[in-house]
Amino acid sequence: MERMMGLINLEHEHHVFNELTYFRNNASLPFAGRYRLIDFALSNMTNSGIEEVAVFVRNKYRSLLDHLGTGDSWDLDRRHGGLFILPPDWNDPTDRSLGDLSFFHNNRDYFYRGKANHVLVSGSQFIANTDYKDAFKRHLIHDADVTVIYTDVDTIGPEHQAYYRVETDQDGWVTQMTNDHRNPNVFTGVYIIKKELLLDIVDYCIAYNYDNLFMNGIKERLQELKVYSYRFEGYHAFINTTESYYRENMKLLQEQNFLRLFQKPFIRTKVSSNPPVKYQAQAVVNNSIIANGCIINGDVENSILFRGVEVSEHSQIRNSIIMQRCKIEEDVYLENVILDKDVHVKSGQRIIGTKEKPYIVAKRQVV
Amino acid sequence: MKECLGMLLAGGEGKRLGPLTSENAKPAVPFGGKYRIIDFTLSNCANSSIPTLGVLTQYSPIMLNRHIGTGKPWDMDRRDGGVTTLSPAIGKHGGDWYSGTADAIYQNIHFIDQYNPKYVLVISGDHIYQMNYQSILRQHKETAADATISVIEVPWDEASRFGILNTEDGLRIYEFDEKPAEPKNNLASMGIYMFTWSTLRKYLIEDAENKNSSHDFGKDIIPAMLEDNKPLFGYQFDGYWKDVGTIRSYWEATMDLLDENSGSPISVAREDMSKQIYTNEANLPPHFIGTSGTVINSLINSGCFIYGHILNSVIFQKVLVKKNAYINESILHPGVCVGEDVHLERVIVMENTEIADGVRIHALEEEEPIVINQENLSEYVAVREEIV
Repeated sequence: MERMMGLINLEHEHHVFNELTYFRNNASLPFAGRYRLIDFALSNMTNSGIEEVAVFVRNKYRSLLDHLGTGDSWDLDRRHGGLFILPPDWNDPTDRSLGDLSFFHNNRDYFYRGKANHVLVSGSQFIANTDYKDAFKRHLIHDADVTVIYTDVDTIGPEHQAYYRVETDQDGWVTQMTNDHRNPNVFTGVYIIKKELLLDIVDYCIAYNYDNLFMNGIKERLQELKVYSYRFEGYHAFINTTESYYRENMKLLQEQNFLRLFQKPFIRTKVSSNPPVKYQAQAVVNNSIIANGCIINGDVENSILFRGVEVSEHSQIRNSIIMQRCKIEEDVYLENVILDKDVHVKSGQRIIGTKEKPYIVAKRQVV
Repeated sequence: MKECLGMLLAGGEGKRLGPLTSENAKPAVPFGGKYRIIDFTLSNCANSSIPTLGVLTQYSPIMLNRHIGTGKPWDMDRRDGGVTTLSPAIGKHGGDWYSGTADAIYQNIHFIDQYNPKYVLVISGDHIYQMNYQSILRQHKETAADATISVIEVPWDEASRFGILNTEDGLRIYEFDEKPAEPKNNLASMGIYMFTWSTLRKYLIEDAENKNSSHDFGKDIIPAMLEDNKPLFGYQFDGYWKDVGTIRSYWEATMDLLDENSGSPISVAREDMSKQIYTNEANLPPHFIGTSGTVINSLINSGCFIYGHILNSVIFQKVLVKKNAYINESILHPGVCVGEDVHLERVIVMENTEIADGVRIHALEEEEPIVINQENLSEYVAVREEIV
């Protein structure tokens, strides 16, 4: 039977979120009240029927390891298959591999052992709630070597710049992948590839001293390979700048967006044991997303509160993202602010950012 | 060998909870916005390092069995010990339903014996409280008791509703008085027993052979031990404890959760990491409060959409409350959908009930709170309309 195995490759994702990624990598950036970016790629894989997923991660992975655990939140705690977190560790003196090729080269066993004959590769920065079953079906029907998944974006923004644009012929075969910023067909970073071919490309790239499997091994060899395209339609976000991070969070406060991203099957994340949210006597909450464990006695509008946030009386929070376990004392005013985890805002503070440049407070600060 | 093994009685029907237990065992009734009643005792065991536990089920156990599963939320998915659900079963010599609390333990003597414990803790899964069972075990060892029974002081005028323990100095028990007309003491049994296993084992076997016995701990085992002058002691507990055996007390215990000064478990758990409450979590998105929604003095769980007005209420997961709905002093169980302009006051709405636009249901203050489900909803709405 034709099957896919999963690979989340974080090697070429740059840590561009300043304060927010000092101590964590992009994949474990908190999002939408209780998720981490990687939850979307992981859930989409398991919802596609994938039973084994590897994660290539090089550094700043403490919070990622803590988050993923045994993979049980995604039903990936399996006797066969399951979750493989593969940091770079090897001692082969003859190894000449560079870039993400060193991950592929040194973890060939993962691919050999898996029963699947196709690999679904994804990063963590393309956010959607979908499965790739239909894309896989088309991949098989067309007997493609590679199927790249792209989406047609309405407004091209800076967050799309890092992604290739897809050009195809009438039948959907990819003719070019470019950096043409006017082309709205943006590659999502998600692709399906035949496993045998993937391993051949690894050899090819290493033989020619290349350091980027997709760029050198696929994008530059489109004429030799049968690369098909699949257009993803549905709610999505690309998150790779602070601005896009803030904007995409805020977009979820429009109910129809929230509903499109959080429909069944739900995105799964690590569960915690927080009690339900306690709204106290002076709570005024409007158009907001609130995660469990919060205690609210202030005024919250157009904001996202992660788990375990405390908001004291006479405090106002507007258009802000408040991460896990922040404590906001009385008479505080926050507008267009991102507070990372465990920030403590003392009584009487006023912090105001702009919509374009939200004010970011790093983890565990007291202000 | 395990020093102390827990046996949790979860087979009760809970008749007085009416429709709440018509298809569900009492310990599995939803409570506190995201939990089930049994979570409080299971979490006590987890927080008291009692990782080997038998859960005795009998009445409508499907939901309960599924909820407990391998015991993972309570760290009871262990290779050695962990949680085992014990339903009545037949064996070589036949078998029968559990005919009383003591009989339920008697029928599982072989289960307890495989762990060869020194002490056995017998608790029930239908009370809301937080206790570290290590303290009762410590006192049990210090006093070299054969049984230690946890007691709580109740108001004198209510003492005749409880099983009262009459004690001497040092809380040594000389008499057990079940619902005494004229109470001599105000220390009520909480149904939490620590036994020395070798002694209990002997009494269970004797009791099983006694055809006139009702096979109940309070009525038979404890009196038999007292008769023989065995050392039995009370363990005084002074925290929050509530029996949620009736609709009224279920509703009151829920309202206690909204009062931060009541000492009820959820506010304690927020402050104290060693008193967390664990449950089988649904993996749902955070809840969404729309522009038309207001929430005051309430608890709301994940996966909800709130566009109406919520006051003094507890809302479980996946509830939808539409515009201009007004919910006061009510409890909405998982998956409830409340239409526009609905008014609910002192109402408990059971799982997945859909309430159409404009419905108004109020229980008066002196009335028992009204329990609504999809079956009785239509008749309820009709009856109320006739009165109006």
